Amino acid sequence: MRAYAICVYLFLYTPIAIIAVFSFNAGRHASQLQGFSMQWYGRALKNPFVMEALETSLIVALISATLASILGTLAAVGLQGIRGPARAIFDAIIYVAVMIPGIVIGIATLIALVTVFGVLNPWLAAIWPEGATPPALSMGMGSLIAAHTMFTMALVIIIVRARLGTLEQALGEASADLYATPFGTFRQVTLPLIAPAVLAGFLLSFTFSFDDFIIAFFVAGSETTLPIYVFSSIRRGVTPEINAIGTMVMLASLILLIAAQLILRRGDRK
Amino acid sequence: MKIPDFPAENSEPSTQSQRDTCIAELKGVTKRFGDVVAAADLDLQLRQGEFISFLGPSGCGKTTALRMLAGFETPTEGEVLIDGQVVNALEPYNRPVNMVFQSYALFPHLTVADNIAYGLKQKRPRPPKSEIADKVGKALETVRLAGFEHRRIWEMSGGQQQRVALARAIVNEPKLLLLDEPLAALDRKLRKEMQIELQDIQRQLGITFILVTHDQEEALSLSDRIFVMRAGRIVQIGTPQDLYDNPGSRYVADFVGTSNFFDGRIDAVKGEISTLQTEGGLTLDGRNTANLTKGEKGCLSLRPEQIRISGEATDGSMEVTVQNRIFLGEHTEYLVRHEALGNISVLAPRQSELGARGFEKGDRAHLSWSGQSALILRPD
Repeated sequence: MRAYAICVYLFLYTPIAIIAVFSFNAGRHASQLQGFSMQWYGRALKNPFVMEALETSLIVALISATLASILGTLAAVGLQGIRGPARAIFDAIIYVAVMIPGIVIGIATLIALVTVFGVLNPWLAAIWPEGATPPALSMGMGSLIAAHTMFTMALVIIIVRARLGTLEQALGEASADLYATPFGTFRQVTLPLIAPAVLAGFLLSFTFSFDDFIIAFFVAGSETTLPIYVFSSIRRGVTPEINAIGTMVMLASLILLIAAQLILRRGDRK
Repeated sequence: MKIPDFPAENSEPSTQSQRDTCIAELKGVTKRFGDVVAAADLDLQLRQGEFISFLGPSGCGKTTALRMLAGFETPTEGEVLIDGQVVNALEPYNRPVNMVFQSYALFPHLTVADNIAYGLKQKRPRPPKSEIADKVGKALETVRLAGFEHRRIWEMSGGQQQRVALARAIVNEPKLLLLDEPLAALDRKLRKEMQIELQDIQRQLGITFILVTHDQEEALSLSDRIFVMRAGRIVQIGTPQDLYDNPGSRYVADFVGTSNFFDGRIDAVKGEISTLQTEGGLTLDGRNTANLTKGEKGCLSLRPEQIRISGEATDGSMEVTVQNRIFLGEHTEYLVRHEALGNISVLAPRQSELGARGFEKGDRAHLSWSGQSALILRPD
């Protein structure tokens, strides 16, 4: 059994390890190892296209993770008050939202947004004052943030719900008994106690948004995120530069995921 | 929110005039959860400065009654009044009452001092910091936890957490302090200590305490008055001694203290004392407080400590066989068997055994009691 487990891990992690190893390749081909070098890291960080894509990715990840954390937390707290069959339905819908393949979300979001824009744009043009060019809604940063927020919000809801479930119900009653209004209770009792889960949800959302290619591919319009840049440059041949970018993204994601786990565990201990 | 000042420590909080003011009232209160009736037509008045207990087994509606006073449940019918005002529609955070929860419900992310200050900090305008610190310090002193201000909740023992929960409630000087089985989680010795302290604190502050408990000993030792509840209804209200000496029904006699019960029919009514004929054909005397008439079914209740056990037969005594002897320290409990009456429990004070060896299993003994100490009750 142990040998079997080792095989599984090898199978899982060998490709990733190869990418990391080849990112230090001194040669210019991705498949031939020619000594150790950090040059591709330097080159990747100096490449203006890479930096621009990185900036877009960071902005989208930051805004969508923030929005998802706020909206998801509010939704989770709101769902606490619902009991019975309605609750089971809500729970099921949220889990389904996480399990829907990215490609379905991507296509669905694209079609939905195109339809909405198709209706809104002529309407905007009609009410816009004479002489000024009316704004045309289109795919771009906004649609990207919206799609990522929607997808990662479900994650936040699930994580925060789990934490809320471990809180003693009497705490809320005790707070109300001590003259705190419902908002006062949320601010002074609920929020501090679920803060680790909210933060973990934020970090996970950030990672998901930052790493996402499929949804972004459909709704990004003319924007290029880092995964989209990597995908398009692979078509021109894999260079160690791509490996270097991949390794850096992987490292950043890993650190964020581990941080989220640690925060959740520390929160549980209290 | 107007809150009365702490009375000076040397003043007697239970003066007659204060005692007569009604601080809270339930008028025809019924609470249903779906088809389940948790509380049925409760009518009760609580006086200023009283220590009240709601006593009954779990599911008897005592916690529901308490939660309706706190505002966590709204009555289906009837009115809840606090200090003369109908508070049915008042949210818990607008009621001048505080509760000590069974699980304590202390805030784990706050220190002891911040937990206690929580209620004070919700007041608008917010009291100055020095005033809050002052009151928190005083409350900690009252519960004998001075110096524990900066401790974390999880660093405290169960008994200490109990005290913090109490301090967190009394610091707000509520009109009513509601205690929901507050001592249930403590071990026996600690519970005894806390009972004494609860009573001291209540006398010192003069706040009306309402204790919900299923522990009859706790209710008997702490309360000014006890409300005995059963299946959502109040079956008897009285002082501890009143309930013990004059239970109105078999249920109360059984729940408040322990008792031997003999079922039968009333054979003769002669003044206060009546005679009950048991199913085994024996006739027993007892006080007929339920005013049962001849031929009615009755139940004779006899407290174990009212029975004298002796080695020699006296006039009217009953011969029994000792089944078991349980040494209880200051008392010895004998479980004896009578041919017609079955098992009887007898509590003998230790003094009577000094010099004598007491009775062993299998010994013959003789029981006697006065007709005054037995009660004939309505069976239920």
